[in-house]
Amino acid sequence: MNNVLVYCELTENNHIADISLELCTKGRQLATEMNGRLQAVVAGSNIKEVAAELYPYGVDEVFLADDARLSPYRTLPHFEVVLKVINEQQPDVVLFGATTVGRDLAPRISSRLQCGLTADCTALELGDHTDTLTGKEYKGILHQIRPAFGGNIIATIITPENKPQMATVREGVMRKEIFDANHKGTVAMVDVSDKLHAADKAVTIIRREIVEKSINIKGASIVVAGGYGMGSKENFQLLHDLAHLIGGEVGATRAAVDAGFCEPERQIGQTGVTVRPRLYIACGISGAVQHRAGMEDSAKIISINTDPNAPINAIADYTIIGDACTVLPMMMDCYSNNLK
Amino acid sequence: MSGLKIVVLAKQVPDTHNVGANAMNPDGTVNRAALPTVFNPEDLNALEMALQIKDRVPGTHITVVTMGLPKAAGIITDSMSRGADAGFVLSDPRLGGADTLATSYALSKAVEMVGNVDLIIGGRQAIDGDTAQVGPQVAEKLDIPQVTYAETLVNVDAKSIELTRRLADGIEQVRVNMPAVITVTGTAKPCRFPHAHRLIKLDGMTVETRNADDIKPDLERIGKKGSPTKVKKIQNVVLAHKESQQVAPTTEALSELMGSLIAEHII
Repeated sequence: MNNVLVYCELTENNHIADISLELCTKGRQLATEMNGRLQAVVAGSNIKEVAAELYPYGVDEVFLADDARLSPYRTLPHFEVVLKVINEQQPDVVLFGATTVGRDLAPRISSRLQCGLTADCTALELGDHTDTLTGKEYKGILHQIRPAFGGNIIATIITPENKPQMATVREGVMRKEIFDANHKGTVAMVDVSDKLHAADKAVTIIRREIVEKSINIKGASIVVAGGYGMGSKENFQLLHDLAHLIGGEVGATRAAVDAGFCEPERQIGQTGVTVRPRLYIACGISGAVQHRAGMEDSAKIISINTDPNAPINAIADYTIIGDACTVLPMMMDCYSNNLK
Repeated sequence: MSGLKIVVLAKQVPDTHNVGANAMNPDGTVNRAALPTVFNPEDLNALEMALQIKDRVPGTHITVVTMGLPKAAGIITDSMSRGADAGFVLSDPRLGGADTLATSYALSKAVEMVGNVDLIIGGRQAIDGDTAQVGPQVAEKLDIPQVTYAETLVNVDAKSIELTRRLADGIEQVRVNMPAVITVTGTAKPCRFPHAHRLIKLDGMTVETRNADDIKPDLERIGKKGSPTKVKKIQNVVLAHKESQQVAPTTEALSELMGSLIAEHII
């Protein structure tokens, strides 16, 4: 069938996670192009209400597995649910979030189905392919585009002979957009109780300490980001000061996070969050490809760097050659004075 | 209780964190010869976890398995100098060009060859692919449970092991019955250093190698043949270019910039 199936994750309070709505938005586009339906599978406990959250994103069919043993997430119980839905529905494309859940579950599914799985895709498109050896033509197969080799190259991966075509996508890479607020779909219950008894035994959760995300740089309209060039955690405080003053959030490069300048939740780039703010102020950031991948769609970019040849300057609207530790306090003064 | 039998899955990888200018061939493929190789960092965390289990359960035996070119033998001697008991390189041109599915199949056959294994421990992911797929796929092929993103060892007995997992929004403590596959994150305890006396003992040792026949695979399922994913295209990352405007780091210029951002309602 030409259908697209999205594995949907739940938040701690049983709502559909943002990453899954982002995947539904992408899945809707693909399903429409393929003349197919968008399907979603959700597994959890007391989740009768969640289908209504999915319809506005264009979901046509929701497959619900509702059982106490399905919450919180554990590999084997969820594996049984997803496997059953895929085997019965035979979707063409299956999408998972590249989260700690999706990256745990999707490979196990792909191994059982002996199909391909492309991790951390940054783009998904339908396209054709001609095998250079056999001359065989494939129409409208999924082009799974991802950075490879530490982000230094971009690879297009295809799985022409095996179905379903499966991919994981990181949070924030795809945009979440309402398809039609009045769109309605159908719900079907998935019963895996015969399988759950065995699946339930293997792993026992003894304790969980989950904290609600307190930092949300993905949704910020202004991001003040710092790199290794900021030099210290103390200097990073300047970024917080400016962000506070102009109503933004603080972001960071992987190098700055690794150096302990700020929390890992603030990391922007291929292995962090993707942001598209109205304004991105890059301070002491050289602009490695891995970082640029997570911010180059920002509407306006200001770069503050002592190095006039820093690669980030090539994508900046404004370049300030100077030490961010000197420039940032000046910017804050200028901002306050301009408001007077 | 008698010791456990552990296999550590490790990989020798190109050091993608230190990529030089000549790392790519003109045709866009990877110039592996120009890249230094390293012990995949999270596999060292995995080895440390295996060694911690060995510290707690006397008589535990650790075998390190790596698939790759013969030069990956360095991984085995390095592991043994840190405390592993044995190891071998699984190397065969027929195993080459494998994606994660074919790789996990070959590794699962290698684990079966070792036989009666209680725990299979590997890094969460390798830095040359960052897929994190091989661990769960090995677990599925052996039809045993998996614990991914493991960070600390809490407890281990003859039948089960208790671990904490590092999740995006917190931690989870789980107990899993053995046999099981565990993948370990880079936030776990770093690996202990090589012992001098072990290094001396290992000096001149020949690392064992195994070929595809040794693991008795279905030949259709290994290497390029057993890999459903194909690389259609490789592109170098092309940098977007903008006409960027230089702003001097002076009060006057910065004031003008901030003023125009305010006027445009950007800030």
